[in-house]
Formats: sequence, C-alpha cells, structure tokens
Amino acid sequence: MLTHLPVLQVIVPLMAAPLCLFLTRSRLVWLFALMVSGLAFLISALLLQQVMTSGIIIYELGGWDAPWGIEYRIDHLNAFLLLIISSVSTVVLLAADTSIQKEIPAEKHSYFYILYLLSLAGMLGIVATGDAFNVFVFLEISSLSAYALIALGKDRRALWAAYQYLIMGTIGATFILIGIGLMYQMTGTLNMHDLSIRLPEVAHTRTVFTAFAFVIVGICLKLALFPLHLWLPNAYAYAPSIVTAFFAATATKVAIYLLIRFTFSVFGLSFSFTALPLHILFLVLGLSGIFAASIAAIYQKNVKHLFAYSSIAQIGYMIVGFSVSTTTGLMATLLHLFNHALMKSALFLALGAVMYRIGSVQLSQFQGLGRQMPITMAAIVIGGLSLIGVPLTVGFVSKWYLILAVIESGWWPVALLILLGSLLAVVYVWRIVEMAYFRPPLTSNENIKEAPFSLLVPIWILVMANIYFGIDTRLSIEVAQAASQSLFGVNP
Amino acid sequence: MTLSLESMLQLSIILPILTTLAIVATGNKPNLREAVTIISSLILLYLSVNLYQGIKQGESISVTWWPLLPNLQISFNIEPLGMLFALIASFLWLITTVYSIGYMRHHEEQNQTQFYACFAIAIGSVMGIAFAENLFTLFIFYETLTLSTYPLVTHAGTEKAKKGGRVYLGVLLGTSIVFFLLAIISTWFVAGTLDFKPGGIFDSDVNTTVAGVILVLFIFGIGKAAIMPFHRWLPAAMVAPTPVSALLHAVAVVKAGVFTILKVCLFIFGIDLLSILPTTQFLLYLAGASVLLASLVAMRQDNLKARLAYSTISQLGYITIGALLATSAGVIGSSMHIATHAFGKITLFFCAGAILVTAHKSKISEMRGLGLQMPITMAAFFIASLSIIGVPPAGGIWSKWFLLMGTLETEQWILMVVLMISSLLNIAYLLPIPFHAFFSKNNIPFANTGTKIKEAPLASLIALSITTVGCVVLFVYPQPLYELAKAILATPE
Repeated sequence: MLTHLPVLQVIVPLMAAPLCLFLTRSRLVWLFALMVSGLAFLISALLLQQVMTSGIIIYELGGWDAPWGIEYRIDHLNAFLLLIISSVSTVVLLAADTSIQKEIPAEKHSYFYILYLLSLAGMLGIVATGDAFNVFVFLEISSLSAYALIALGKDRRALWAAYQYLIMGTIGATFILIGIGLMYQMTGTLNMHDLSIRLPEVAHTRTVFTAFAFVIVGICLKLALFPLHLWLPNAYAYAPSIVTAFFAATATKVAIYLLIRFTFSVFGLSFSFTALPLHILFLVLGLSGIFAASIAAIYQKNVKHLFAYSSIAQIGYMIVGFSVSTTTGLMATLLHLFNHALMKSALFLALGAVMYRIGSVQLSQFQGLGRQMPITMAAIVIGGLSLIGVPLTVGFVSKWYLILAVIESGWWPVALLILLGSLLAVVYVWRIVEMAYFRPPLTSNENIKEAPFSLLVPIWILVMANIYFGIDTRLSIEVAQAASQSLFGVNP
Repeated sequence: MTLSLESMLQLSIILPILTTLAIVATGNKPNLREAVTIISSLILLYLSVNLYQGIKQGESISVTWWPLLPNLQISFNIEPLGMLFALIASFLWLITTVYSIGYMRHHEEQNQTQFYACFAIAIGSVMGIAFAENLFTLFIFYETLTLSTYPLVTHAGTEKAKKGGRVYLGVLLGTSIVFFLLAIISTWFVAGTLDFKPGGIFDSDVNTTVAGVILVLFIFGIGKAAIMPFHRWLPAAMVAPTPVSALLHAVAVVKAGVFTILKVCLFIFGIDLLSILPTTQFLLYLAGASVLLASLVAMRQDNLKARLAYSTISQLGYITIGALLATSAGVIGSSMHIATHAFGKITLFFCAGAILVTAHKSKISEMRGLGLQMPITMAAFFIASLSIIGVPPAGGIWSKWFLLMGTLETEQWILMVVLMISSLLNIAYLLPIPFHAFFSKNNIPFANTGTKIKEAPLASLIALSITTVGCVVLFVYPQPLYELAKAILATPE
C-alpha cells in the first residue's frame, strides 16, 4: 500500500468525485468529500515524511518503464506542494457545509463537491506527475472544474468572471501544450527527467527556445503574473467564498510550481537563466506587480477584490525570489508559497463568514463589524498582519528570507523596494481595520451576530497556523531548504 | 517559594501577558480587574528588583527560548542598561496603574478592559526589549510594542483618534519595516550574527561605508526614538488618554526607541567603530537639529500635551546624541537621562492629566491662576520642569552634566552649544506654566470662582507625588543610577 502512495494521492480524489453523485443529501456529500480530502492530506503527509527521510520516490504507473510509461516522481518540492494543497483543501472544506448554504442553491450542492474534488485531484496530479503531457491533462481537469466552480457564484457577474478566466486559462493551457509538443518533437520524450537529459543536446535550436517561450508565457498566464493577471480579481471576487479560499491558496501556487519545475528541472538552470535574461525580466515584472497590484488593492471597494489584488502582489514577491535564482531566493519563494497559502485561505474564509452573515463583502458593509463579529474580525486582523509581515506571523519568515536573498545577491535597491511595497499592505489592510473598528454599525446590519461555530473553527485553525508556523518554523524552513537545494543540484 | 533568577527573567516577560488574560476574564468587575493589574505590577516590580540584586552581585542571567529561524534564537540576557530600563518601566507601570484608576474612572472612559489589557501587553513587550539578548529578539518585541499600543492611542475611537492612529502606526511600522528590518538583515548578512556583544559584532576590517549606511538605516529605522523627520507619530499619539501618554509616550515606547539606539551603538557597532564611521557626524547633527527644532516647536504649542510631546522629542535627541558621541561620558549621560527624563516627563504628563480631569483644561493659556486651585499638582509640575531643564534640586542635572562632558571630550562644540541653548529653551517653554498658575490672575471667568482648592482624584495625586519625589531623590541620591550606568561600559568576565 505504501508504495502506491504517489498514485493514490491523485486517484483517491479523482475516483471519489463521481461517487458523490450517489450521495444525495448535501451533508452526506460534504462528509464524504471532507473524508476524501482528509485522506489526501494524510497521504501527502506520509509522502513528505518518506521523501524527507529517504529521498526521491519514483512510481511507475501501471508498471510501465519510465520513458514509455507515465512516471510519478515525488521529490522535496512536490511533496511540499502536495502537502500545502491537500491541507488547505481539507481545512477549507470544513467550512464548506455552512458557507455554501447561503451561497449555492441546494440542488447544486453535490455538483459543487464533485467539482471541488476534481479540481483538487487535478492540482494534486499536476504536482505529482513526472510527465509533461500528464501535466497538461491534469491542468485541464483542474481548470475546467475551476471555471465551473467560479460560475457557481451567487452574483451574476460570476458568469462573466468565469468566462474571462476560461478564455485566459485556455490560452495559457494551449501555450503550455504547444510548448510541450515542440519539446516532444525535438526530443521524442515526454518524461520530465528524460527531457532534462535530452534537451541540452538540442538547447541551441530555435525550436527549443520557442518551446521555452510558449511554456513560460502559458504558465505565467496561469499564475496571474502581472501584467497577465487580468482574469484573477473578478474570478476571486465573484466565486463562492469557499472556492475563493481554496483557489487563492492553491491555484496560483500550482502554477508557480510548474514555473519552477520547468525552468529548474526540465530546461535546467543554465539554459533558463544564462541563455535567456529571465531573471531580469522576472525581477522587473515581479516588482511592478508588487507595486501595481498593491496600489490597485488600496482603491478597491470590494474586500474580496482587495485581497485578490493583494494576491497578485504576493505572487510578485514569489517571482522576485525566483528571479534571484539562488538557493536562498528559491527558498524564499517556496516559503512564501506555503505562508501565503495560509494567509489567504484564512483571510478569504473569514470573508466567507462575513458573507454568510451580511451577504456582501463591500468595504462599506464592514462598518462596526469589529464589535458585532469580533472573532471573525480578529481573524482578519491577524491575517492582515501576517500579510504585512509582522514578526511572529508567517509573513515575517518569508519576508526575512526574501530580503536576505536579495541582499546576498547585492541587489540593495531591490530590498528597499520590496520593503516599501510591503508598506502598501499596511495601507490596504488598515482600511479594513479602520472601517470595522472606528465606525458605528450600519443601521441595516444592527442585528448581525458573530459567525457560526462551524465557520469560526476552520478560520481559526488557519489563523493559528499563521501564528504557529511563524513561531515554529522548523517544518517550513527545513522542507523549503531541502527542496531548494535539491533543485540546485545538491542531489539530482 | 524561591525562584531562580532565570525563571524570574522569563516570568517578567510572561507575567504581563498572563495578566492580559486575567484582565479580560475579570473585565466586567472593575474593582477585581484593577486589583489584578496592581497585583501583577507589584509582582513585576518585585521581580525587577530581585533581578537587579542579582546583577549587582555580578551574576549573569540569560535564557534561551527557541530558534525562530535557524541560528536566530529568541533569547534573553540581562545587562546593566537593560536592567536600568526594566526597573524604570516596571516601577512606573505600578505608579501609572494607580494613576489610571483615578483618571479613567473620573473621566468615565469607555472600554477600560481593553485599555488595561493592551497596557499589560505593552509592558510585557517593554520587558522583552529590555532583556533581549540579540537584535532579532529585540525587533520582535519592538513590533509587538507598536501594535499593542495602537489600540491605546486610538482609545477614544473618534475620527481624530483614527487620524492620530494612522500617523502613529504609519510612521512606527513604516520606519521599522523599511529601515530597521533592512538594517537588521544587512547586519546579519555582513556580520553573521545579531547577538549584542560589548565592543560590537562587526569585524575590525569591515567596510566603513557599508557599516555607515547600516548605521543610518538603524537611526532612521528606530522611529520610536523620534529623531526628526520621523517624529510626527509622537504628537499624533497625544490623542490617547493621558496615562497612555504618560507611561508609553514619555517612558516606555520612546525610551524603548532610544534604548534600542544605545544598544545598537554600544553592542552592535561598538564605540570604537562608531567613532570612525563616516555617517556618525551627520547623524549627530541630525539629532542636534532635532533637539533644537523640537524645542522651538514646543514653545509655540498651546496644548499642554502637545508641548510636552515636542519637549520629549527634543529630550530624546539628547539621548541619541549621547549614544552617538561614542565616549563613556556620553553613554553614561544617555543612560542616566533615560531615567531622569522618565521621572520628570511622566510627572508632567500626570499633572496634565490631573488638570484635564479636574479643571477640564488642556490649553496652557487657560491655566493661569490654576495654582490656587490645584497647588499640589502645580508644585509637582514645577519640580518636574526643573528636572527636565536640568537644575537642582532635581535629577535632570546629572544626566545633562555627563552629556555636556561628552560633547566637551569629543570637542563637538556645536553640539555643546545646541545642548545649552536647548536648556534655555526648556526654561522658556516649561517654567511660565507653573509661574502663571501661581502668580497670575486667571484671565478667564471660572464657573466656580476658583480660589477653593479642588485637587485631582486621590489616586492620581498620590501617583504624581511619588514621581515628583522620585525626581528629587534622583538628585540627592544618584549613586545607584550612576553605578548602573557606569557598569554598562565595563566589559563583563
């Protein structure tokens, strides 16, 4: 059984999804989905433990040898990602039962869970597989279910947002497919490990450069790198709260994973960063993303929009860490991947609680919430502090490493810019704080009570995780360090 | 029950935080809640005094908690400077608590539970700062202090409080994130450690330009020291209830700032390196300008709390100068000034608060003739002013003496003149207040003709009398303070 863990990681949610159809009652489906996600979490924890103790796990699907058959290859990097995705998915699902009562019509509840599990399976698949074409397949599974999930939003604009995402996402996926096709044409293989061996022989050809360009641009669309981020704010804002919390924590992270996987493992460090000025490009895009998106966040009237823009800015930080292209830089990116997943899932879930009580997340509706929903607002404040990067929260840890990485490379002005950018986070977080704590409640909201227990528990699990992993950083730092070192070839 | 010194150290940081829980739990019973606060401040004072005894006997007390990041522990170690700061903070916390009870009740403030709870966290953070063994630990508590005092500053919950809070948080968090954090990470990168060590942690062959830039980042980044142009938060914080302004913005928060500067100058750079850095002179002049300008601005303030706030900015400049002078006289003067200014300024704020709750006056121009109504308060104000100015019979003279010695030793003539002019300005903006209170007829018709004595609430009166006596005691008996300040420079072991 243990040897089959890599495939079970993906198969379990994938197979469980259609089974939801047989369970008719909403609560039953929820319990089932929660169980499946919990199982996935358990598997990923076991996988990570296995990788940390005994190194890379290679699993051949159906027993076919590697270049011909599909290979699942679990190293530090994807074990880490698997853990992030499955853990956030599980905690977010905890809140789903209550949250969707108000946001999704009852007859669509089982579809919601099916799509959720499919999306989860897709993301886990992208991360677990060691086969380039397999990546595309799972990308489509997760994306298609994502479009449908976003379209489930109560607001009619959700349809438009899902459509926007559909167009941009499809372009991205197509680009990736073209890139993979070109690589296959040049090397005759789809296995990533095999590709990494064969690509250097043909690295000078124009086809490989074209393939690289297609793959990178396709991924950047998916990860909403500024200025390819236009689909993201609406998709996050109009999707059901649960979906937003789940995607904000995972979807863009998976794309960052792909970026790292393709540049570091498939094309190789020397090709990605010496043949092309990728680091300068990403540095500029990352920094402009930080500033443009943070400033945009300040002017949003809808708090979900606000945090969506903040997500784009946070992606900018990850990209800056990536562009440094040193072990510390990559480590900062990976840490922020983990930390940002914790922050944003906590924040969006807390917004879900506000949505549940008030039915809107317009900033103006937050008036006086500090007194009416003190526990939810406290969660938002702590999540916001983590976003700012205050010590003893996870945000501080990733910022520390990012600045350290930048200084190590001698990019002093960049360090200053990053820190200035993080001040913008203070501004947009404090707009919410001032609204909630310095204004009397709206007359229409006078009878608002604190969110139900079933929402508060998952929110506070995530908030506590924000603090816990900001205080006890052993797990995140050890894994991020191991992953980053292995990508830089300390072991292949 | 005997506690080891190590557990006392840890307890003095944890206790205030536990107090917070107890305060919240007893929130609806004001008497019990305030009893909890008083008892825990008594315990804290007891702990500090015991630790002080331990230090005096030459014991080294240090505790390591856990590494937050690899090789960066949260750890504590007591040295004389931190001990001095902790003693002042814990003593004045007790006094301020007594004062607050009178003030807050008399003023019928809202949300008193939140007030006492945040206050306790702030004191816990101050203890953390005082005892931090490395810059990393210090930074963590520095930030907690900023955040825990924000709800205190914005206590009134009004539009004005919100604006004040914005400036407060904006400047303090902004400088600490952009400059201070950058300075810390750069130091970590250049020196490879963040532990406070006598003589500094930089190699002797460190690039002086880099170290000079880092020093500038530190001085700018430690916004709590309120060096111009990063001083705006302090006047903005005056929207807070007076006990907050008294303890936090005359003692705990601002002193945490200059304390951090002293720590950085002495134990990160070291006196020797500091004196050869190319940017030290520039920073000295900046601090000098801060001293003068703030005094000039103070003269123009009619709001008593605002005048006191600018006076604080100016006095903080003294301490920064003393630290940057990089001589033993400067350091001794600075550390003594932390204590003498703390007692003087907290008394002045106590008086301002007493006047506010009793006579409902906050403008200086309305305080003429008030001495007849509130003789004790005004007498206390007079003595505390003497301490700030630096004339007998108040403690301020000693610290100013050493600071002047420091400027003489290093031949910083300009700074010496600055310090002297500033003392004259102190006289000009402080002494007229008690003078007019006693010797002028009030120019505003009182509702009740004001010759009858109507003093502040008893609790507040007791508190401000104690701190006034403290000012005088520091003059008569400065020996222990001097010894402690001198021990800062003595290399241990």
